Amino acid sequence: MKPAPARLCTALVCAALVGGGAALAVDTTPALPTPALQQRYYELTHELRCMQCQSEALADSSVSLAADLRVQVRELLLAGDSDDQIRDHMVARYGDFILFRPRMIWRNAWLWGAPGVLMLVGALVAWRVLRARARLVDSEEAGSNGESLDP
Amino acid sequence: MNRFLLPLAGFALLLAVLLVGLARAPQKSILPSPLIGKPAPQFSLPNLFDNTAPVSSESLKGHWSLVNVWGTWCVECRAEHEALLQIKQEARVPIIGIDWKDQNEDALTWLEQLGNPYERVGTDRDGRVAIDWGVYGAPESFLISPAGTVVYKHIGAMTPQVWQREFLPRVAAGPGA
Repeated sequence: MKPAPARLCTALVCAALVGGGAALAVDTTPALPTPALQQRYYELTHELRCMQCQSEALADSSVSLAADLRVQVRELLLAGDSDDQIRDHMVARYGDFILFRPRMIWRNAWLWGAPGVLMLVGALVAWRVLRARARLVDSEEAGSNGESLDP
Repeated sequence: MNRFLLPLAGFALLLAVLLVGLARAPQKSILPSPLIGKPAPQFSLPNLFDNTAPVSSESLKGHWSLVNVWGTWCVECRAEHEALLQIKQEARVPIIGIDWKDQNEDALTWLEQLGNPYERVGTDRDGRVAIDWGVYGAPESFLISPAGTVVYKHIGAMTPQVWQREFLPRVAAGPGA
């Protein structure tokens, strides 16, 4: 059993964590006219980065620039732009960094290719290790056979 | 000995990657602008001093200009104000201010108290022009060539050092693209 002040502290931290959940809903703007548009708005604002607080998505950020960018996403959606057009609109202004999900373009080839290359390297190493081990087992077996013949 | 060579090489490679990443970390928050080398984004904003004459991207044509995005709420902007006044004194490159997400009264008081380094100030109240310029944190300063191309962008407070090191050589280099 912890002393009372420590328990109080724990309770306060828990309360803050629980209460914090409600505070996370920073985007309180009304829903878009159709569920399909609202869904696209939700997805876009979650995959575009808030440039001011760089590990947050537009949807989660309370800074005013994020609010302004959410307004733009909303307006572009209402104007009939496709998701790609909206992404391009943002990239033209803020660069590729605004996308949480990097695009498949040549400049990003190393990014998309590296996991495959690393997997190949890993497979090669694993194959060599396994082969070396199998050889070791073979030679051990040969050795024990030799021993049994000895006496 | 040979069997240590490959893991050692791998470790050295990892070390190199991590050290390079660590050394470059402080610049990570400063993002390259996709606007460099492109025409300056068009805009037309209400003039802080004169309701009848909007401040527009047309006024950037035909000479070098410095476009400075600021706001009275921005602490760093106060820090760079002296440097901007010096640039004005130099009289080589006129400064166009974009007063970003601010109040006219606050901006006017600010310029009255600290001095006005700007040739013109456009007021961007809804932040739309700032977004078109890819602004994500004031102050930001753009160097625009006579042809209206964005040549350079500095994020953060302008200082005499930055002005002399990054901006003036580009102006001196010629009319630019």
